[in-house]
Amino acid sequence: MAQASHSAKNRPLSPHLQIWRWGPAMTVSILHRATGNGLAVAGLGVLLWWLGALAGGAESYAAFASHATSWYGMVVLVGISWAFFNHMASGIRHFVLDIGAGFELVSNARWSVLTPVIGLVLTAAFWAAMLLR
Amino acid sequence: MGNGTSIGRVRGLGSAHNGTHHWLVQRFTAIGNLVLVLWFAGSLLMLPNLHFATVAEWIARPVPATAMALLVISTFWHARLGMQVVVEDYVHEHANKFAAIAALNLIAFAGVAFGLFCVIRLALGGA
Repeated sequence: MAQASHSAKNRPLSPHLQIWRWGPAMTVSILHRATGNGLAVAGLGVLLWWLGALAGGAESYAAFASHATSWYGMVVLVGISWAFFNHMASGIRHFVLDIGAGFELVSNARWSVLTPVIGLVLTAAFWAAMLLR
Repeated sequence: MGNGTSIGRVRGLGSAHNGTHHWLVQRFTAIGNLVLVLWFAGSLLMLPNLHFATVAEWIARPVPATAMALLVISTFWHARLGMQVVVEDYVHEHANKFAAIAALNLIAFAGVAFGLFCVIRLALGGA
């Protein structure tokens, strides 16, 4: 791009995070991006580790399981599952917004508050089902 | 904000001349992820235990092996598209942006290749 060399100076900047009054829609948007990137790095990394350990045989699977069932492994797995359910809830919210619905101020704020709550509830339900079976 | 010209809408092109395809595939893979990761979470809950023999026998079956292969493709594709937008938003220097997107593509393809290899090995009895 031709403008790259002098683009950094003296160009008008759009208002950024510290300018806007904080609101629930901003929170859920940032959480969506944060959990998405967390899933891309940690979630897919652990998925490949698990698949590789499984394909490697009983010994490598046992090595994976010893980490996965340790306290730090559980922290990572609970974190990944929370990131997934949170990203899923806000992702479904995005589908609703994509069809042009849910932009009224009250309903937009309501669902922005509810999606992280739904993510937490689904995470708790998943681990309750996992640990109580 | 307008909706552009009629021919522009038909072609799905904005001023950037691309992006609609990226946007659509992000959503197609999101639907895939929704179905497949929920299937995966449900399967982990339905298995009697998560011992090696149980999980290896389960994932070698045709439907779980196919679903896991699709899960690997759909999640990595979705992650690649999502992280590309993050790079485009925060990496402004052109050479760095090019390098970051090149690295992202290589890592995503490598991840899919490794994941698919593992599933195929498990399904075809190599392990």
